[in-house]
Amino acid sequence: MRNAFAEEIAALAAQEERLVFLAGDIGNRLFDNFKARFPTRFYNCGVAEANMISVAAGLALSGFRPVTYTITPFNTTRCLEQIRVDTCYHQLPVVIVGVGAGLAYASLGGTHHACEDIALLRALPHMTVICPGDAVEVKLALRAALQEDGPVYLRLGKKGEPVVHQKEPDFAIGRAITVRSGTEVCLLSTGNMLPVVVEAAEELSRKGVSAQVMSFHTVKPLDEDCLADIFTRFIVIVTVEEHSLVGGLGGGVAEWLTNQPPLKGRLLRIGTPDTFLHEAGEQEYAREVLGLTPFSIAERTLQAHSLALSTRLAS
Amino acid sequence: MKTLSTGDLKTISNEIRGKLVEMSYRARTPHLASALSCVDILVAAYWRVLSIDPQNPQDPNRDRFLFSKGHAAPALYVTLAYQGFFPKELLETFAQPGSRLAEQPSPRCVPGLELATGSLGHGLGVGIGMALGARIHSRSYRVYVLMSDGECNEGSVWEAALFAPAQKLDRLVAIIDYNKWQATGRSDEIMALKPLKKKWEAFGWSTYEIDGHDFKALEETLSRVPDGSGKPVAIIANTVKGKGISFMEDDNNWHYRSPDEKQWIAAQKELGLL
Repeated sequence: MRNAFAEEIAALAAQEERLVFLAGDIGNRLFDNFKARFPTRFYNCGVAEANMISVAAGLALSGFRPVTYTITPFNTTRCLEQIRVDTCYHQLPVVIVGVGAGLAYASLGGTHHACEDIALLRALPHMTVICPGDAVEVKLALRAALQEDGPVYLRLGKKGEPVVHQKEPDFAIGRAITVRSGTEVCLLSTGNMLPVVVEAAEELSRKGVSAQVMSFHTVKPLDEDCLADIFTRFIVIVTVEEHSLVGGLGGGVAEWLTNQPPLKGRLLRIGTPDTFLHEAGEQEYAREVLGLTPFSIAERTLQAHSLALSTRLAS
Repeated sequence: MKTLSTGDLKTISNEIRGKLVEMSYRARTPHLASALSCVDILVAAYWRVLSIDPQNPQDPNRDRFLFSKGHAAPALYVTLAYQGFFPKELLETFAQPGSRLAEQPSPRCVPGLELATGSLGHGLGVGIGMALGARIHSRSYRVYVLMSDGECNEGSVWEAALFAPAQKLDRLVAIIDYNKWQATGRSDEIMALKPLKKKWEAFGWSTYEIDGHDFKALEETLSRVPDGSGKPVAIIANTVKGKGISFMEDDNNWHYRSPDEKQWIAAQKELGLL
């Protein structure tokens, strides 16, 4: 995803003169092309993320479209105060890009895990939260984010994730994308879990359950039209995210659901537990431990599906 | 246009101070002493140095003045009103329910307000963004950021202090209203602020230490930007908290206290307004 981001930001800078790119002392070689082509619009702000966000706000107040980029927790939770006051309170068009969503940097330890960022940024007024599902969505999301008049948080994975979209889908902020159609259960994936969720749907299919997969890339604002539709059409709706169950996509959908009249669909939320991960290991290991594998997602969905069916029969 | 004498500036300062005491008295609001300490800096800047047209407050070429010590906002409100950015009558609504003038300013609450502040340590970083913006656009405006000494407790101030000289932002000015107090004690005791001038010098700023109530020194230093050093400018302005009202000067109780009627009248007399 980060290579797609690097390509797209350079392409967009050629079209959008107001774009200024601020990096927090990472991705140096990744942006060589950008730096060579737009030397007055690239700033390495050092390991000083709070200042980087304030600088971005100052640029936005001067008519620019700044984009800040560093590792997810440092560009979100570390500088939450500056995001809240400088960008959200002032409602400024700053795009905040976190690289290494969820457990993407699992091996670097808990300081580099990002499983609370969606919850915290989603709570901020005026903030838009987008978690692209693959490299194709990264490019489309960045393009859309730069058109917004307020702050946008863009949550990227790292590199080498499988590409899910074979061609460019229609992309609009706040509109979920149907990746695979199904009839019995609906899996809502946000961010870098999309390839895993597609595999889970295939596993469900092998088990005889037809699963729809949607890339629910925008966590705020929620696609409420989509939710209203799927909760009347499907018996089980599953949210899947590499993020805490507290306040993420699942939390947002649950909040929405409590304000609805009784609907057909049951909600199952899959995400990371309310704890830190202390052990060494790569992302694959972390996902295994926390139940974020295709097999585990499929198993839990099947259980929820059986339960929903038996409950319906009983009533 | 700017032909005011030092005596004229003193008269303006006294009027502003009188208004500040009255506003604190009527609205029962705190931070009066913090506002009083920076009045002369504001008067020197707005009446003698800044190129900002109150009739065209969004002019992209205007100088920027960021009031980072937001708790002292009434000082900025009165300054902007007296400069003609908005009618003075609006000051009468200060801190009243529904007023645009809250104790600390919200975004775009009045013309002339560049940044909503109140949480300390934001102004300098935002000022850097504005100064970078000027350079990218090849504009020659200057960016002034007024901070308190207590504000220098915030780590974000020092992140910004490290970054601005690296970018050689010689049209950026940090002004520190060094009144030697913060909310609950001496600013030199709560944190190791001294030697403040050497700290800014060591961080790569072209640093001046002046009397923050001396209009001539303020005007000279604030005008000398860029100063030829290629560095951003830091001005340590030595001030007196509660300046201008004898019974408030250097008494930190007036960080929170608001005057009663007798004190309000006594203050007006001292300022020659009654």
